[in-house]
Amino acid sequence: MKVAVAVSASTLALAACGSGTSKETSTTTAGSGTTSSTSASSSTSEAPKSDVKVGLAFDVGGRGDQSFNDAAAAGMDKAKAEFGIETTDATAVNGENEAAREERLNQLVDAGYTNIIAVGFAYAASVGKVAKENPDVHFAIIDDASDASKGDNVAQLTFAEQEGSFLVGAAAALTSKTGHIGFVGGVNVPLIVKFEAGYDAGAKAVNPDIKIDSTYLTQPPDFSGFGDPAKGKTAAEGMYQGGADIVYHAAGGSGAGVFTAAKAAKGWAIGVDSDQAKTAEEGVRDVILTSMLKKVDVAVYDYLAKAVKGENAAGNVIYDLKVDGVGYSTTGDKMSADVIAKLEDYKAKIVSGEIKVPDTK
Amino acid sequence: MSNPLVRKLMLSLGAPILALFVAFALTSLVLMALGDPVRDVWITMLSTPKPRMITNVVNGAIVLYLSAIAVAVGFKMNLFNIGVDGQYRVGSFAAAVFAGQAWLPGILNILVAIIVAMVAGGLWASIAAYLKVQRGVSEVISTIMLNAIATGLVSWLLLKVAVRTAGSNAIGTKVIPESSQLEGWKLIPGASNRVYSLLILAVIVGFLYWFVLSKTRFGFDLRATGSSETAAVASGVKVKRMVMTSMILSGALAGLVGMPLLFGQDHSYGTTFQAGLGFAGIGIALLGRNHPVGIAFAALLWSYLDTQANGLQIRAGVAPELVYIIQGIILFAVVIAYEGTRRLDIRLEQQRVARELAAQRTARQTEGAVA
Repeated sequence: MKVAVAVSASTLALAACGSGTSKETSTTTAGSGTTSSTSASSSTSEAPKSDVKVGLAFDVGGRGDQSFNDAAAAGMDKAKAEFGIETTDATAVNGENEAAREERLNQLVDAGYTNIIAVGFAYAASVGKVAKENPDVHFAIIDDASDASKGDNVAQLTFAEQEGSFLVGAAAALTSKTGHIGFVGGVNVPLIVKFEAGYDAGAKAVNPDIKIDSTYLTQPPDFSGFGDPAKGKTAAEGMYQGGADIVYHAAGGSGAGVFTAAKAAKGWAIGVDSDQAKTAEEGVRDVILTSMLKKVDVAVYDYLAKAVKGENAAGNVIYDLKVDGVGYSTTGDKMSADVIAKLEDYKAKIVSGEIKVPDTK
Repeated sequence: MSNPLVRKLMLSLGAPILALFVAFALTSLVLMALGDPVRDVWITMLSTPKPRMITNVVNGAIVLYLSAIAVAVGFKMNLFNIGVDGQYRVGSFAAAVFAGQAWLPGILNILVAIIVAMVAGGLWASIAAYLKVQRGVSEVISTIMLNAIATGLVSWLLLKVAVRTAGSNAIGTKVIPESSQLEGWKLIPGASNRVYSLLILAVIVGFLYWFVLSKTRFGFDLRATGSSETAAVASGVKVKRMVMTSMILSGALAGLVGMPLLFGQDHSYGTTFQAGLGFAGIGIALLGRNHPVGIAFAALLWSYLDTQANGLQIRAGVAPELVYIIQGIILFAVVIAYEGTRRLDIRLEQQRVARELAAQRTARQTEGAVA
């Protein structure tokens, strides 16, 4: 604990000077169990030069899902490179309780982190509680805007996933030759149902008679559906064999299996959260028609940019189509100009409010 | 070593301590092989927990203790109830739905909800018990399958009854009324959080477990059936009925596992309710040798490791999953050590008996010589 105390003491001292100009910091990125470590000596001898220290608390999975969590990490890493802030991240273990989530946030507070970002709705109650107990620390939570996490020092960053999903649903219907497409959800929770609802609406806006297969890999409280490529592969294989030629996944790390299945079936797949034609395994990138972008990286980066400037970012920020918080990718040029023109048309209609995209089934 | 009681105590304490050392050594080797900072890891794991964390250790242990006792009841009968995991989720869900309706006031609501949880857990376990008794299906297989079915059933039902608060992406049952939420006790000085009020439930269950097993006819029959089924049949124990009762009892106790969480922390059953407690219970029952006090220590150790591991990534840069390696090695080592000490115990006992017999013989011989 001496380290943490020393670090927070030096941070406080610097905060008093109002430092914001830093080039080099002693930082740590704790990946998935690999070698990096916060060494005691470096933190104490050469003090960090920015007063913002960012702790990112992941839900189960953490870095390496090529999707949601990686997007959050990318936003933080970008901010780190640009503003020279100190960062760390911590990942949840499977089957932990509410107290463990609170404990993780408290550990970050103890270690002197000034801005703590909780990735995922599971943190709602714990962010609300720990934020109240530590009014001087700033918090952000992704995917939750409920009263449970509300507070004067809490930024709630949420997304209009249904709007982005509408566009890729339309893209699927416009591209499909069989008139039969699929959806693979990671875990059957309301958040993922938002993706499915938007996708269905988009596909049906193009072709009201389209056939849509839909499945969820696991049911809560089993959250392994967000990190099990084998399950994703089995589910997608079934859809391709049944006649679907395009499958959209909202299944985090399980999506890798959907891509493998698409490759084997010579079908298309649609990625999620990140631009997966850039982040997926190289061998399967060419089957990715487009990706529904949920710009968690932008949200995290924006939040940190505000934090560095000392602005108060508390409150709910909704990232929707209008502010380009969600969207679709065109990496690899797999969609024709004609399709893209139609998607832009739908996009304009959603932004103007002409089309209202449902967020539940 | 001559006093059998002292010997037994030394052997039964020696095994887990030995296992801890083995786990310490092997985990260090794993860390070294991966190039992880061994020193930082142990500094984090062995640092004095803050009062807040001590509360978390105790709270975690309460839940794990209930789970391990539920498993231990089966173990005593040679029944491997792998199904505690499903049984506690079914029980917790049923109790959460019932308590959320607020049909009864305050404490009464809690008490009846606890009974609901026990009935639900027991009923779920009775399926496996029935299959075992009537169809000879191994309870290991049936309970594992029932776990999977419980997951599907509970989430399906959850979607039916779920209430969603605005802006939230989590779903859960209706929150239980405030009069039925237990605030907890300030047992740990200086801690901002409180120990679950239902610590008392764990104490009662622990006491009853000890009392019923060692002081009643039923407990004797149960242990007898566990030790030797044929001998039990010969002495008039109805084995089928014992299987049925103990399996249902195990399931009813499993129903209690989620109660401290439900009334002391989450106040509803939802997507963020703690999962996997049943499996942890199996390990803890093994570690605690099915003994009510042993299990308490094992649960505290387990919870201590879980809690301390939380800071691993932040303070040592190592993934918290490391704790699974530590816990796994402890279990392995302890099972081997228990078997080793059991054999040693038998050998020492034989030696003692042989010595006493020899002493008697020489005494008789000298008596004869004198006469």
